[in-house]
Amino acid sequence: MSAVDQIRLQLLWSRLIAIVEEQAQTLMRTAFSATVREAGDLSAGVFDTRGRMLAQAVTGTPGHVNAMAASVGCFLKKFPIEALDQGDVLLTNDPWEGTGHLNDFTVVTPVFRGGKAIALFAATSHIADVGGLGFGPDARQIYEEGLLVPISRLFRKGEANATLIELLRANVRDPQAAEGDLYSLAACNEAGAARLLETLDEFGLDGLDDVGAVIIGNSRAAMLEEVRRVPFGRYEYSMRIDGYDAPVDLVAAVTVGAAGVDVDFTGTSGVSGHGINVPLTYTQAYASFGVRCVVGNMVPNNAGSLGVVRVAAPEGSILNAPRPCAVSARHTVGQMLPDVVLGALSKAIPERTPAEGASCLYLPVLLGGRGIGGGDDFIVNPFFTGGAGARPGKDGLSCTAFPSGVRNTPVEINEASAPVVIWRKELRTDSGGAGRLRGGLGQTLEFGHAAGAAFAVSKMFDRIDHPARGRDSGGDGGAGAAHLDNGARMRGMGRDIIPPGRRLIVETPGGAGIGDPRLRDRDSLGQDVRAGFVSAAAAKLVYGSE
Amino acid sequence: MTRRARLAVDIGGTFTDIALELADGSRVAAKTLTTPQAPEDGVLKGVEETLQSARLSPVDIGVVIHGTTLATNALIEKRGARTALLTTEGHRDSLEMAYENRFEQYDVMIDRPPPLVPRWLRLPVRERLNAQGEALIALDETSVAGIIPVLESESVESLAIGFLHSYANPLHEQRAAEIIAGALPRLSISLSSQVAPEIREYERQTTTVANAYVRPMMERYLRALERALAARGFCCPFLLVTSGGGLCTVETAATYPIRLVESGPAGGAVLAASIAQRLDLPAVLSFDMGGTTAKMCLIDKFEPATARVFEVDRSYRFKKGSGMPIRIPVIELVEIGAGGGSIAHVDALKRIEVGPKSAGADPGPACYGLGGVSATVTDADLVAGRIIPAHFAGGTIMLNGQAASQALTREIGTALGLDAEASAFGVGEMVDESMAAAARAHAAEQGKDIRRRTMIAFGGAAPLHAARLAEKLSLDRVIIPEGAGVGSAIGFLLAPASYEIVRSLPMRLEALDGDRVAGMFAQLRLEAEGVVSAAEPAAALIEIRTAFMRYVGQGYEVAVPVIPPSLAEDEEFVPLLKASFETVYRAYYGRVIPGMAIEVLSWSLRLSARPNAPAPVKATALTRDVAPKSTRDVFDAGSGRRLCYGVFARESLEQGDRVEGPALIVEAQTTCVVTARFDAIVDNARNIVMTRKAAP
Repeated sequence: MSAVDQIRLQLLWSRLIAIVEEQAQTLMRTAFSATVREAGDLSAGVFDTRGRMLAQAVTGTPGHVNAMAASVGCFLKKFPIEALDQGDVLLTNDPWEGTGHLNDFTVVTPVFRGGKAIALFAATSHIADVGGLGFGPDARQIYEEGLLVPISRLFRKGEANATLIELLRANVRDPQAAEGDLYSLAACNEAGAARLLETLDEFGLDGLDDVGAVIIGNSRAAMLEEVRRVPFGRYEYSMRIDGYDAPVDLVAAVTVGAAGVDVDFTGTSGVSGHGINVPLTYTQAYASFGVRCVVGNMVPNNAGSLGVVRVAAPEGSILNAPRPCAVSARHTVGQMLPDVVLGALSKAIPERTPAEGASCLYLPVLLGGRGIGGGDDFIVNPFFTGGAGARPGKDGLSCTAFPSGVRNTPVEINEASAPVVIWRKELRTDSGGAGRLRGGLGQTLEFGHAAGAAFAVSKMFDRIDHPARGRDSGGDGGAGAAHLDNGARMRGMGRDIIPPGRRLIVETPGGAGIGDPRLRDRDSLGQDVRAGFVSAAAAKLVYGSE
Repeated sequence: MTRRARLAVDIGGTFTDIALELADGSRVAAKTLTTPQAPEDGVLKGVEETLQSARLSPVDIGVVIHGTTLATNALIEKRGARTALLTTEGHRDSLEMAYENRFEQYDVMIDRPPPLVPRWLRLPVRERLNAQGEALIALDETSVAGIIPVLESESVESLAIGFLHSYANPLHEQRAAEIIAGALPRLSISLSSQVAPEIREYERQTTTVANAYVRPMMERYLRALERALAARGFCCPFLLVTSGGGLCTVETAATYPIRLVESGPAGGAVLAASIAQRLDLPAVLSFDMGGTTAKMCLIDKFEPATARVFEVDRSYRFKKGSGMPIRIPVIELVEIGAGGGSIAHVDALKRIEVGPKSAGADPGPACYGLGGVSATVTDADLVAGRIIPAHFAGGTIMLNGQAASQALTREIGTALGLDAEASAFGVGEMVDESMAAAARAHAAEQGKDIRRRTMIAFGGAAPLHAARLAEKLSLDRVIIPEGAGVGSAIGFLLAPASYEIVRSLPMRLEALDGDRVAGMFAQLRLEAEGVVSAAEPAAALIEIRTAFMRYVGQGYEVAVPVIPPSLAEDEEFVPLLKASFETVYRAYYGRVIPGMAIEVLSWSLRLSARPNAPAPVKATALTRDVAPKSTRDVFDAGSGRRLCYGVFARESLEQGDRVEGPALIVEAQTTCVVTARFDAIVDNARNIVMTRKAAP
């Protein structure tokens, strides 16, 4: 290959990444679901005709990393590429063949050039409502969680599948938005396809085979190179979390070798009777994200780099929950997985791995009105973060989403959209795990009804009984909590009523510390006390300050 | 009244640019070094030199227009005043929690920019408003008074006040300020209900705090400069350029200095917009490439795209989210770390990566011979033949081609098995590719099409890369204006006095209170008129009203023109506003959602002095082909090989001259590369106009 051709393939690679970023941008701009627009809960990518992912946009959610890639394989199994026509668009929200719960719809579009399929575009986005009980952990089986659309044609040769759309509209609470979101998904794939065809014209190429080989080969090699910098061995770790009504043990063995990284969750607890179960694809996404945060994090996601990290979990465990388990709130367990993987890797590369953190987002669904406390009907689903774990050489980040990448909603916007008053939203003193390097702080929230009426809260909170654990003599992060302003404690999961005039207090967990707190740099400790991150009492008692 | 000369000064990080427009409309430009210790010295020196060379004295000058990055630099270098923030009790940490997110998904070591006010200077006050601006808890004046000793003992120099929902009712903030000013009359106080009266507490607070942080310094500087100009005999108005590309008085600038950030790039966009109007180009992409960054702006119907939020100091590879959000009316630009000094290297994936690190001016690119060893974009341009060493920077810097080749081979070639020339091709292509990607993503984000635009390129490195970038973006026409090296300062001369105020007054469309809206607009008009009339007393005024609207429950608003503006109290107002919203929404998202409730979150009013419409440029009637006096082998990226380029001196080309590509058109500050796919003519305003050749 000539030098010029070699550089052109590199350019084409950059262009493919730019194309999927643009595809994601288009989707984000046109989506109806607030979590897609504000929090980037979507993904977009381009695949070769064998279903190998060549480029994926970097978006707000690691939950779709390689889940969408695996999903395209399922699409091709049901609809082989030869069976597809120009103008066909495929669709599913099957949690086991998509990205883990019914709210996520994946749309796949083949691209044709000269009558021949040359690539596929795929995009996934979160649709606010899919019927059923609504977003929450309370269902016992998938059937209660809403409508499941098996892999099917959304368009056939350019013609919309009217029956499917009618069926969908009839089963969801906001048919306008749901239908709109499906069209946005199809439209962003179409935009990507158009850009790809232009690009191939510009570069004078017929397909993606040559560039695919470079992308996959170079990425795989770069990733393996990174893996080889980690001491080879088998590293074990386990972490217990609260679960829905019984504690859940997440057990992992991470094996690092010349051929890559294998994560095995054998030993993990069995499925839950409620909607916190995790389909395997979502387990693979978050576990693999955990590895990628510290090993080869600059290598872009594609079949080459993703293939180097392999994730397995025994069928029937909560991390490989079979049909018809309920999975709606699978994030409460899935978001804990990077902590487990990083815990194992901390035995190999402690200088790169953070301590355990709050990890699971606190997503209270606040609702009121008829049948609850009277007044105007409302429902809001804000999210709140806790503290991240301390990092090698650095304190943990206070109130920061990790591993999720989402963005919060301002207090003023929440109060303008619902009769809710957020009386307090402040950092929680002493919630950061003590340590030479301190964990990040959680926050305290205080919610009231604007008119003093009763309201309800649907909770998906973990780390109330099992806080983030410190490393190397570092302290645990503060435990999460939910209670009324009169002190009455509440469970972490499920729906409860806040009586008239009472307020709901939620405390998000803190991140864990690293190292003996008595070794903390005294200037940093002085600053912490001055800022109120650490109380004077804790400074004396835990940090041994004079 | 006879027309007098106008003077514009743009202080940048390295250079202070000066543009002087003489009474006959002709222009003189100059550059001097910025004097960071006392910036007014550099300004005055440059101004005096420029006047001398034009044989003018201060009394001949009709207006001095000034743009400065001082406020921005103070924010980036954390050199502002010791600032405290009063917050609503229970909410002192919004400034620190920010969006509670990470701007880089895969890097666990990132930190958010630290807040400008540490937690011990974020002081809670007992008070609470709801979203309608009604007091849930009245302002507890004792708790305000209790803060005074803290401000004193902590030697606080500047105070920001940012209470929840103060956009809906400023009274608590105003009363708290009154109490504190009574005790500490010399303390500078910035209210969030005045600086950025918009819903979303974090952004309102960062903006107010940033304003407070730079205010004492900017106030001192602006007053000192004003006095010094007066002492030297300037008796004309002295106006400041804002981030929105308008002009305001020293008074306004000293009160709201945060509005001055990013004024330099705004000047560039104003220039491009003016050229677009003169040449009647309704869809333009402006492209400004200097030593460190490239900036691009979409200009439709002669108006640069605007935004209401801007991020200062994107400290992590210019990445979105890694800076401090500032809510001010601003010209919307996309900025990436790609300039002449940008450093190229090979990453772990054996890909060439360019920027965002820059070799700057010192040590600079390898070819400067000042000790720089990194391979930069300028080195690649030199090795590819696009820069002629003897002509670079008017011959003031002798470039070393061998040093450039060695750097490219060492940093790029060795890892990829390429020679210096192929490495140079790779570096040039990657930097152009990343600018193309940024331009496309920027357009996609705004729901606009990048194609069928004309590019207007200025800044030292832009003419070298404009044509190839246009090839990548499928653009057919590129304009390189004359004097492109000091584009921002020239843009300042074209900017009108103007002021924009945004205010949140959330309302559902079906329950819109027309009287309240009308009252609010009357108030905004009064405030804006105060600013604009002070800057240009006799000017005719143009008012633009905008509503920021969305479907209820959505996360972002779209900007909807309120036309006609006088109808706020009329019956027709709501249906017209709805229709207007749907038009904008459809253009942006491709469809509307029938039956879904619509709300307005904020309203804005922009008042401008009517600018003199720039004289249209007549089409060049006759063109004549000119032949090059010499030729040169240049690597043509689009063809993938060296081609014979004709070489022309820009000053020797005359209006109507037509140059066939491939060619280089050389001038003192830069070189315009006309690639093999373009031809160029010099139009009646002495712009170089490159047009894509017809397909063979």
